Amino acid sequence: MGIIKRDLLLAIRRQSDVLTTLFFFIIVVSLFPLSVGPEMNMLRAMAPGVVWVAALLASMLSLNRMFSNDYSDGTLEQMLLSPQSLSLLVLGKAFAHWLVTGIPLVIMAPILGIQYDLPSEALLVLTITLLLGTPVLSLIGAIGAALTLGLRGGSVLVSLLVLPLYIPVLIFGAGAVEANMAGIGFEAHLSLLGAFLLVSLVLAPWATASSLRVSLE
Amino acid sequence: MTINWFKYSSPASFYSLAGKMIPIFAFASAALLVAGLYVGFFVAPTDFQQGEAYRIIFIHVPAAWMSMFLYVVMAFWAGIGLAFNTRLSSMFATAIAPTGAMFTFIALWTGALWGKPMWGTWWVWDARLTSELILLFLYIGFMSLQAAIDDPRRADKAGAIIALVGVVNIPIIYFSVQWWNTLHQGASVSINQAPSMASTMLLGMLIMVFASWMYSIAVILKRTRVIIIERESHTAWVTELQKKEFIR
Repeated sequence: MGIIKRDLLLAIRRQSDVLTTLFFFIIVVSLFPLSVGPEMNMLRAMAPGVVWVAALLASMLSLNRMFSNDYSDGTLEQMLLSPQSLSLLVLGKAFAHWLVTGIPLVIMAPILGIQYDLPSEALLVLTITLLLGTPVLSLIGAIGAALTLGLRGGSVLVSLLVLPLYIPVLIFGAGAVEANMAGIGFEAHLSLLGAFLLVSLVLAPWATASSLRVSLE
Repeated sequence: MTINWFKYSSPASFYSLAGKMIPIFAFASAALLVAGLYVGFFVAPTDFQQGEAYRIIFIHVPAAWMSMFLYVVMAFWAGIGLAFNTRLSSMFATAIAPTGAMFTFIALWTGALWGKPMWGTWWVWDARLTSELILLFLYIGFMSLQAAIDDPRRADKAGAIIALVGVVNIPIIYFSVQWWNTLHQGASVSINQAPSMASTMLLGMLIMVFASWMYSIAVILKRTRVIIIERESHTAWVTELQKKEFIR
């Protein structure tokens, strides 16, 4: 898909955007030990939740950029007029957003997990859950980004709209790692995350496309 | 004879219909409220386990039911407005949101007041409490999205999309929270095994449920009327109406 290539190229030209999200993620995760104390047992118990909440916030932080630049220079209108299906275009944009923001988080997460003294198996599970979960965040987030396009205070509004919808992903993402550390099976959590991914793959681009049509009317 | 089903989908004719209906529902609501509170406070017996504190159920349960029900109704009308481009349905959905949010808040607040004497804590991360809290977030998201958009037609449609997305998500969120809760086994309270109620208690509660229904209908109709006047202020019939009201 041409659009993925184009968005990736734009992201490479403007590297600071990508790095800001990644460093935001790292800083948020690093703040927790400073605020609750360096007790390793407690940190180990907290780690999955902390990493996941930070991933949620980091992925949300960059949502605004998904459509706003294209909106302000008129590219988005051209995309709406193009004969391509808008849902597919949106899917491409969400995929590019995930490649740019989600993948760095997935790569970075095990290193941050080591800081929290997670056992190696839990690190692996954490990485897998993030790999399955972050695309869902990009897909659901696209709906919020499309709805708040061009609004005053749009970025704050996005968080209000999107964060409640992220809750299931958070629960099962962090839950899988916790279940693994507690010695119970985590496969059920992964299956559910996969199910969320499939459902949002089908429904989210469609909802985003109709949101874009509403916003650009 | 054919019935014109769409007569009242025009804001102008709905406005006068709503004006006639509001007093009926307001009166019914007040009467049922008095009856329900009387049954609740004086007729229903004291609970042998919970003492007098259980009486908050007469507010709590109707509020919790209404909060969930109104979200579905809101999403339904918003969806109709989105699909058929009917102005009135969207206005109706916008009018429902604040009432729904209010009931959600009341349900949470009275739940906290009830939890303190029963469980010894204001709040537990129980599945139902958590999902009610998330429902409040969804209401607030809907309202703030509509408030942020200046163009009312865009606000209607954007609100409809987020309401429908919310409706699809509510079951997912509810079951996630429930599984999360059973996984953690945190608080050892269970509100799932409600003791069977005396029939007068049930009666009082049902009357209160109907009172909240009537209240919601009256308030929502009133708010719809206000929205109609606000949005249609450029039309001839509103100008006409203003003249009439002014003379009277």
